[in-house]
Amino acid sequence: MSDNHHHEENFFQKYIWSVDHKVIGIQYGITSLLFLLFGFSLMAVMRYQLAYPESVIPYIGNWFFSESGGVMLPENYNTLGAMHGTIMIFLGVVPLAVGAFGNYLVPLQVGAPDMAFPKLNAASYWSYFVGGVIMMASFFTPEGAARSGWTSYPPLSIFESGQTLWLIGMVFLITSSLLGSMNIIVTIVQLRAPGLTWFRLPFFTWTQLVTSFLLILAFPPLEAAAVLQLMDRIAGTSFFLPSGLVYAGSAVEAYGNGSPLLWQHLFWFLAHPEVYVLILPAIGIVGEILANNTRKPLWGYKSLVYAISFLGFMSFIVWAHHMFLTGMGQTMSAFFQLTTMIISIPSVVVLTAFFISLWGGSIRFNTPMLFALSFLPMFGIGGLTGLPLGVAASDIYLHDTYYVIGHFHYVVAPGTLFALFAGIYYWFPKITGRQLHEGMGKLHFYPSFLAMNGVFMPMFIQGLAGLSRRMYDGGQQYAHASDVLHWNEFMTISAFILGLAQIPFILNIFITLSTKKSEDRNPWKSTTIEWSAPSPPLPHVNFESAVAVHRGPYEYSVPEREEDYYPQTSP
Amino acid sequence: MSNIPYILKERPDTGLNNSKLGIWIFLASEVMLFGGLFSAYVFLRLAAPEGDFDYWGSKLNIPMATFNTMMLITSSVTMVMSWASLKLKQFDKYKMYLGVTILCALAFLVVKYFEYTGKFHHGIYPSSSTFMGIYFTLTGLHVLHIIGGLIVLIYLWTNQADKMWAENPELLANRVEVTGLYWHFVDLVWIFLFPILYLL
Repeated sequence: MSDNHHHEENFFQKYIWSVDHKVIGIQYGITSLLFLLFGFSLMAVMRYQLAYPESVIPYIGNWFFSESGGVMLPENYNTLGAMHGTIMIFLGVVPLAVGAFGNYLVPLQVGAPDMAFPKLNAASYWSYFVGGVIMMASFFTPEGAARSGWTSYPPLSIFESGQTLWLIGMVFLITSSLLGSMNIIVTIVQLRAPGLTWFRLPFFTWTQLVTSFLLILAFPPLEAAAVLQLMDRIAGTSFFLPSGLVYAGSAVEAYGNGSPLLWQHLFWFLAHPEVYVLILPAIGIVGEILANNTRKPLWGYKSLVYAISFLGFMSFIVWAHHMFLTGMGQTMSAFFQLTTMIISIPSVVVLTAFFISLWGGSIRFNTPMLFALSFLPMFGIGGLTGLPLGVAASDIYLHDTYYVIGHFHYVVAPGTLFALFAGIYYWFPKITGRQLHEGMGKLHFYPSFLAMNGVFMPMFIQGLAGLSRRMYDGGQQYAHASDVLHWNEFMTISAFILGLAQIPFILNIFITLSTKKSEDRNPWKSTTIEWSAPSPPLPHVNFESAVAVHRGPYEYSVPEREEDYYPQTSP
Repeated sequence: MSNIPYILKERPDTGLNNSKLGIWIFLASEVMLFGGLFSAYVFLRLAAPEGDFDYWGSKLNIPMATFNTMMLITSSVTMVMSWASLKLKQFDKYKMYLGVTILCALAFLVVKYFEYTGKFHHGIYPSSSTFMGIYFTLTGLHVLHIIGGLIVLIYLWTNQADKMWAENPELLANRVEVTGLYWHFVDLVWIFLFPILYLL
């Protein structure tokens, strides 16, 4: 297009300090996948501990828990739990869903040459990177990493070691999210190609738009809360410390008059919308793949758009359903119970529309479709098991049990994560020009699917029996736990199988990258704009010529047309 | 990157250029940041014992804060004047008005410095009370915003601006406008901070 792109870029300019949204998307993707693997490893160690408490952790125990002779201590378990949550959410899933997929695909799906602010985009990645480095570095400090849970509830988090670096790391991660989501919003609003009206936007781009608004508006209150907690830890203030507090046997010397509830309000004001930040991009990916592989228009496209917009709005007024047990009062509980019931409606609209999309389609069962299809029941289980938690009366029984863990992992792990896998299989040909091997993809899918359920399904059984979460030995001393504790071994074995099931995925990527590039730029016969670009799209400009859009995103099986798809860019 | 559309020109159907939409969205997130802290202030004030906030609030120096309020309001006015001068192609006036804005911001910081050190001399620290904690947190974060804005203002006042004025005056005007929006927001935050901390 313009002449100033003809100069040769060296390796660093091209792959490290790049401002090209595609390179930044891949940087985000690789970094977040590594963090996901690391977060999974932390969980694997925890699971071993739960299945065989008080025993020496094989192979790694003598390295990491040398003071106790290879046995995990309660504080080690707390550290692993806190960092597993933090890494999976803030360093793994959100950067993969928004940073990688959003960055790579949104400009392509709106027919733009790049993001609106390429330099801010790079700043966003590097801020994320620094945040990740701080989080990782905290493991190696004398204090150790944070151990107050990913929720960091005070007063405990004010006294426990490791929390300061966690807070500083979070400030960088929040900055990164703000820069990234601001960029995505401006890109979608301003850089849409001629003819791409709002209701011709692919559903994935819509979900990215709503997600970005959630990030922009929900993250700053957590930043505020993090600043307050940092003041409590460093400057000796007592925002979250009530008067007359006793810690470790002695009275706490602080002014007092603070409120631990304040932290919970500020935290969940972020962390509930954060749930939808995790799920919305996944819904978007699944929508794209369903339409493509059923060869039918996405059923109820407009209703889906309205549903997710309403979902985004409602997600700001449901946060206190995480706090029914805090004694905040019945009026509050009643209000948040009501809004929680209301927010389940748009989620059901989304799922229903997806199921009806399948009806009467001639479905292609390729790997991305398998992952996308399994998303539907898994997200369904995750969502439906959330209803008893949204009602105060039943939540009082289920709160802080394994039932809660099972519930949100069903939403995020076999839900969002499977959708993200589906997205990787689906867009890999666009990113690299090579299609991942189908057989190995299936070898990745089926064991992962079974093992995922093997890990999380028993949690519902344990939770309904009243087993508490966050017990480093699984709660052995409690009589009511004795009937359900034997599940831990099964879950741990499932978790290790789940780990092994990722090997075909990793191998598949490396083997495929060594094969020859295909010339086919649209192997799935898809309609959306990104498939009209070369694979991979041209550096800095994406498309060979200016993009013009002529129709909606899901014109599949249009009658009186020879091909069963009608691309958005075909005149 | 020069092929990205609507960097300066407004997109017809949205009536905005990229940076103006970007700064508005950024300011929305800033509203939520300070909104979170203001909510914390309200929450803590309601939970505090009777008279606690009043007692500690009376230790603040109202004349100094009033002077600072005047400084920031003046700087907001001169900020608009400097942008308007650019639009009227009067570069010298732009520099003069922007210089006044920078001086006002510096005056604010100097007064704030004496206010803070005055408190420390009397043994008043963030840990002294909940009110002092939230006072130092809110004003400290605001001062950080002032410093951030000041760096950009100074950059726009150096000979970098002269260069940009010669090469691409539209780009300079756009940058000054966007910086101005941020600057007005930071002033507006102070307009809220002044009454709730000093006067209430």
